[in-house]
Amino acid sequence: MIVDVLVLGVVGAILGLDTVSFPQAQISRPIVSATLGGAFMGNASVGLMCGVLLELFAHETLPFGASRYPEWGSASPIAGAAAAAGAAVGSVPMALLFAVPFGLLTASVGGWSMVQLRNLNARLAHRRLDALARGSARTVVGLQVAGASADLVRGGIVAVGAATIALPTVRWIAVQPAPLAPYAIPMLAALGGGVAAGAAWKMFHATAGTRWFGLAGLAIGVALVAALAR
Amino acid sequence: MAARVLPLATRLAIVSRLFAVQASWNYEILIGNGIGFCVEPALRLLPGGAGGDAYRASLARQSQYFNAHPYLASFAVGALARAELDGQPPERIERFRTALCGPLGSVGDRLVWVGLLPTCSFASLALFGLGASPLVCVLAFLLMYNAGHVSLRLWGLQMGWANGFGVAAALGHPILRMGPVWLARAGTLLAGMAVPLTVMRLVNGGGIARTGVTLLAAAAGAGTLVLFHGRVEGWRLALLAGFAALVLFLLRHA
Repeated sequence: MIVDVLVLGVVGAILGLDTVSFPQAQISRPIVSATLGGAFMGNASVGLMCGVLLELFAHETLPFGASRYPEWGSASPIAGAAAAAGAAVGSVPMALLFAVPFGLLTASVGGWSMVQLRNLNARLAHRRLDALARGSARTVVGLQVAGASADLVRGGIVAVGAATIALPTVRWIAVQPAPLAPYAIPMLAALGGGVAAGAAWKMFHATAGTRWFGLAGLAIGVALVAALAR
Repeated sequence: MAARVLPLATRLAIVSRLFAVQASWNYEILIGNGIGFCVEPALRLLPGGAGGDAYRASLARQSQYFNAHPYLASFAVGALARAELDGQPPERIERFRTALCGPLGSVGDRLVWVGLLPTCSFASLALFGLGASPLVCVLAFLLMYNAGHVSLRLWGLQMGWANGFGVAAALGHPILRMGPVWLARAGTLLAGMAVPLTVMRLVNGGGIARTGVTLLAAAAGAGTLVLFHGRVEGWRLALLAGFAALVLFLLRHA
């Protein structure tokens, strides 16, 4: 398990770096990073299910500049890995019922850690304002490298901490007898679907004409569900 | 303004640095240091070269407070590099730099964070709902999103460099003006499709009845969140509800 935790720590550090510092290619999005975490633990499909559920919630948390938002990059691979680790020994629904809220909690902790990092970067920049005012290239490059390095370490700490808790816990939870387990995924899907639909309305309703596009999409979606869900 | 070509090596150095423009993001100067970091390769072309008086004065100017969307910062980087190499008066460059912050932030937020990102996400969720494999869902999202992301950074640098102080007019380009509108429409269409399809696949095996009940519950949740817009965050409620359900499910047996 120690090797798993350490590798997941490295994955979480790299994906956490993507959220803000480098390269912001959205490999940190839950649908990508949780799938990667699941694949690392040998079950990409369960990782994807976990990633899809987290992705639904992520629509409500857009990464606007200075605002505080959940940091998905270091949280999602751990959630995906936890879901896959639980599924390997026991029930998929119970593994997801632990992994998804745990992913949300870890993302929230990751968001808090980013605020601390920004404060640290501010202190570093403040101490070097004179050097910046002199046009020191070394200072400019040094601040960028220090910021990125600190972000990498931050993501790694969040991921290692989360993986250390999540992997043994999910392996215990997934094997517990739970008669209500069949309701776990529908409950998570209803929560995620509700949050994503509400977020879509918040994001798009101010743009002219979107109501009709939304209704058309819903009609197509419901028609496909009626045709396929048999 | 004399025609000027940015050497390929300099252009490549700037492009690679643009991906790390936010590495030292902080509450003191925001991405100011990142702008200096990205413009720096161009400043080496100033009279006196790297370390010369002109270089140091320009780098000091470019490393002050700045705020913009990280992708659209490339417009500023191109335009500011051009202004510095054209020898524009420092006070004019500083005024121009200040004026760029607002538009590059608001346009970028609407185009990317509220446009491109959710649209690509809903598209990949729709693919998941239609039964796509993990690889297809992940690759589709990354390819769609980064086609827009990388193009925007490269185009921004080119537009900024080509237009210099005139880059403000370039911000009226149809892509930046109408792009958010069309992305919002596409995003809404895809959201309408993706949510039911995603729920259907997640409750796989539950049949039409279970999918329908789950969708009705999701619709009720969405309606509640819209009603309490700005006062309630759904993901925080879901976190609490998820852990509460976990405890309940475990205790139900015990």
